[in-house]
Amino acid sequence: MSTEAKNKLIQGSTGPWEVVVGLEVHCQVLSKAKLFSGASTVFGADPNSQVSFVDAAMPGMLPVINRYCVEQAVRTGLGLKAKINLFSVFDRKNYFYPDLPAGYQISQYKNPIVGEGEVLIDLPGGEVARVGIERLHLEQDAGKSLHDQHPDHSFVDLNRSGIALMEIVTKPDLRSSEEAAAFLKKLRAIVRYLGTCDGNMDEGSMRADVNVSVRKPGAPLNTRCEIKNMNSVRFIVQAIEFEARRQVDVLESGGTIHQQTLLFDAKNGETRPMRSKEEAHDYRYFPDPDLLPLELEQAWVDGIASSLPELPDEKKNHFMEMGLSSYDALVLVAEKEAADYFEAMLKEGAEPKAAANWLNNEYFGRLNKVGLAIGDGPVSAAANSAIVQMISANVISGKTAKDVLDIVWSEGGDPRSLVESRGLKQVTDTGAIEEAVDKVIAANPDKVAAAKAKPSLVGWFVGQVMKATGGKANPVSVNAIVKERLGIPEEG
Amino acid sequence: MSGLTDLTLAEARDAVAAKKVSSSELTEAFLKAMEAARSLNAFITETPERAFEMAAASDKRIAAGNARPLEGLPLAIKDLYCTKGVRTTAGSKILHNYVPQYESTVSQNLWDNGAVMLGKANLDEFAMGSSNETSYFGPCISPWRAKGSDAKLVPGGSSGGSACAVSANLCLGATATDTGGSIRTPAAVTGTTGIKPTYGRCSRWGIVAFASSLDQAGPISHTVRDCAIMLKAMASVDPKDSTSVDLPVPDYEAGLEAGVKGLRIGIPKEYRVEGTSPEIDAIWNKGADWLKAQGAEIVEVSLPHTKYALPTYYIVAPAEASSNLARYDGVRYGHRAEGIEDLIDLYQKSRAEGFGSEVRRRILIGTYVLSAGYYDAYYLRAQKLRSLIARDFTEAFKQCDMLLTPATPGPAFAIGEKISDPVTMYLYDVFTVTVNLAGLPSLVLPAGLTESGLPLGLQFIGKAFDEATLLRAGRALEVAAQFTAKPQPWWRAP
Repeated sequence: MSTEAKNKLIQGSTGPWEVVVGLEVHCQVLSKAKLFSGASTVFGADPNSQVSFVDAAMPGMLPVINRYCVEQAVRTGLGLKAKINLFSVFDRKNYFYPDLPAGYQISQYKNPIVGEGEVLIDLPGGEVARVGIERLHLEQDAGKSLHDQHPDHSFVDLNRSGIALMEIVTKPDLRSSEEAAAFLKKLRAIVRYLGTCDGNMDEGSMRADVNVSVRKPGAPLNTRCEIKNMNSVRFIVQAIEFEARRQVDVLESGGTIHQQTLLFDAKNGETRPMRSKEEAHDYRYFPDPDLLPLELEQAWVDGIASSLPELPDEKKNHFMEMGLSSYDALVLVAEKEAADYFEAMLKEGAEPKAAANWLNNEYFGRLNKVGLAIGDGPVSAAANSAIVQMISANVISGKTAKDVLDIVWSEGGDPRSLVESRGLKQVTDTGAIEEAVDKVIAANPDKVAAAKAKPSLVGWFVGQVMKATGGKANPVSVNAIVKERLGIPEEG
Repeated sequence: MSGLTDLTLAEARDAVAAKKVSSSELTEAFLKAMEAARSLNAFITETPERAFEMAAASDKRIAAGNARPLEGLPLAIKDLYCTKGVRTTAGSKILHNYVPQYESTVSQNLWDNGAVMLGKANLDEFAMGSSNETSYFGPCISPWRAKGSDAKLVPGGSSGGSACAVSANLCLGATATDTGGSIRTPAAVTGTTGIKPTYGRCSRWGIVAFASSLDQAGPISHTVRDCAIMLKAMASVDPKDSTSVDLPVPDYEAGLEAGVKGLRIGIPKEYRVEGTSPEIDAIWNKGADWLKAQGAEIVEVSLPHTKYALPTYYIVAPAEASSNLARYDGVRYGHRAEGIEDLIDLYQKSRAEGFGSEVRRRILIGTYVLSAGYYDAYYLRAQKLRSLIARDFTEAFKQCDMLLTPATPGPAFAIGEKISDPVTMYLYDVFTVTVNLAGLPSLVLPAGLTESGLPLGLQFIGKAFDEATLLRAGRALEVAAQFTAKPQPWWRAP
């Protein structure tokens, strides 16, 4: 067992335990219309304003599959490197609840549209882990019960009823809460690259059921518990950690784990069992007789495959081929917007490594500080590209570049004309620099002697020259001239 | 013009086209007949105002010279078809107050062809029954009576109101639906003609679902020709029904008189079942003879899995129904129980009060056969049998063009006679359910009367989407049978 793997174990009184996690992630399909009706899917509309007769399960209404949602599921399957099943079947999952108007949810049970696939997740320390995908199937969402609108009535909002979801089920391949978090972030990145889900957990576009069990390292899988309906990575991490510890405690005190469904109480940071009534369902699945089996043509699937965008893993490799470090590449591909922004800078002429350094060290930091998303930042990719190009061409120094960024950030404007109009251009005129160097040397004979004895004091001279030139001198040139004047040899 | 209500649909169409009678006059005649026949309970809802409006609009179109194929012809609509702005009950208390905001595709097709709606016809609750006795709005009563008896007879079911209204001349034709015989059984026992088209020929959109993989719309009317005319108007591919089929709708009327010369008619030996009345067997033989005399070839064929059809049907249909009827929960529309404690109580009371005993029975059977641990033994095996039953027909059609069989094991029975014994009632569907399981088209028409003067029907079963040949053979048998009997109008106030 590698050290990495060992670090994931949790310590109990009887020795180390391994955590086993599997996820069922519900991703809302990006589509203007619902899975089986033409009603709109826009978030935040007035309650029950986006409900067709089908969504409300009026008598005699029939579902008709939305071809675009099928395409999105196939696209996602391809992005998960998964087998696309050309034959799949919609089934009815029967249960009564007021936000489920038909009394059944149309889902896929025995024959899902997507079969086995995999996702690679990046772990701290550069380790890459493979997470198996068991399946992806299409299903409709239920409506929403509102219990807080009236003292003794419950209301139902059916806007969400019938919206297409992809349920993505992993194999029990995750070994820690960190791995679960890394998987969710990676999955989110993949679906956002694909444009098949917006991955917005706050709005419920991505929700997960988390299956947790513990075992002695190398032992067979133990009974699992399922934590339902989680919509925050932070809470998922907390829930897994709490639940794993709870199971270890139960087992170590001689108890047994019973398979059960749990809810996570975020306020107290603990899991608790759902009421048995909430889970005692026999769903009586059977093929939906209103819908024919879904049969896809390989050529259609191939067409989608050929139009697939570059996904995070490929993009990361692509960026590394451009000379980026693995870390820089990873940071850039983690968010589609970051990668897009970076690529836009390259398109405007920036050199890849310089652009990556600039973004990761300067621009993203500033955005984070004020909590802005990349897309909402005040500086365009073209402007940042211009700044980076000016650094590379020695037009401005790195220090000036930060000032230029500040100006563009707060005032806007084109960086090149700003540098021009405000006289921020770096001095590369050797004559002017020599003059400044000579002045400093002449004024500080004692330092000259000291520097000859201790060459690292060259830096002091460089600093003085930079100060004297208002930061506009090219520090590399200043350094070379100072050394030349003081008779210190150039070293590597 | 006298005897307006005695016209067939085709005759009325021609009379209207020839301006011998107006749609408004026809409509008024039928509305009067309906009023006089209320004791038959053929209609759950009469729509005289809508009828007169539609008739007036039709008369305008006729005057303007742009009449459509069914212009101004008054029809009854089975109360399983959702009609926009007109209460649609499915014969159930749970929908006793339900007014749809949409029109079923099939009824819309009829209105687009110019037809006039007289009202919503009675039926077994959610189309579950063979006698129209399970309706929340009371049984529909057949216009027929046995000789020398005034016992009230059933009109068959579930489309009892439709068959009754046609038989008693309360409309020119009626829409119906057929899940296991609901068009054909009532047609057979009321001396009317009905066709259940191939599954997918008519859209199911807007028709309250009973068993989705079996339900199919079709007409009940006076003659084979009337069926041909109505089916042409009702059938269409519908993007709103994924199971409707995109095939052109032929002009069924055009080839009607082409005869049966050269057609091979199969007689399935497994349809000679115990418990069938000898009179049925006799009329079946007679039917074969008539066709033979007109040049058809009669061949004996075998449908070896026939005996499994009823048990298969009574697993598949309730299974689908148990799911289809889950939406009637008292939450959004329909009957909601009073004085409820909590959510479960709301469901239990609303559904217990809203559904009648036959519907509850089928929901329970369906829930049972789909339950964990029983699914494989019942539902899955039934699906396998269904494939075998369908294959029987495919094999048989290698030897013949269509089949001729009885429609029912006997004539109409008395109200109350079978209702307390569901299994006896289910056995009444023995000749009809196979067709639904195989998705095939089937035509029933009257072939004669029993000793006691009650109608008996014969059934043709055809190849998928071969309704045209079925209607053609039906027309040949109709000509040979010369069935002209009509019930005596005992229901009219003296």
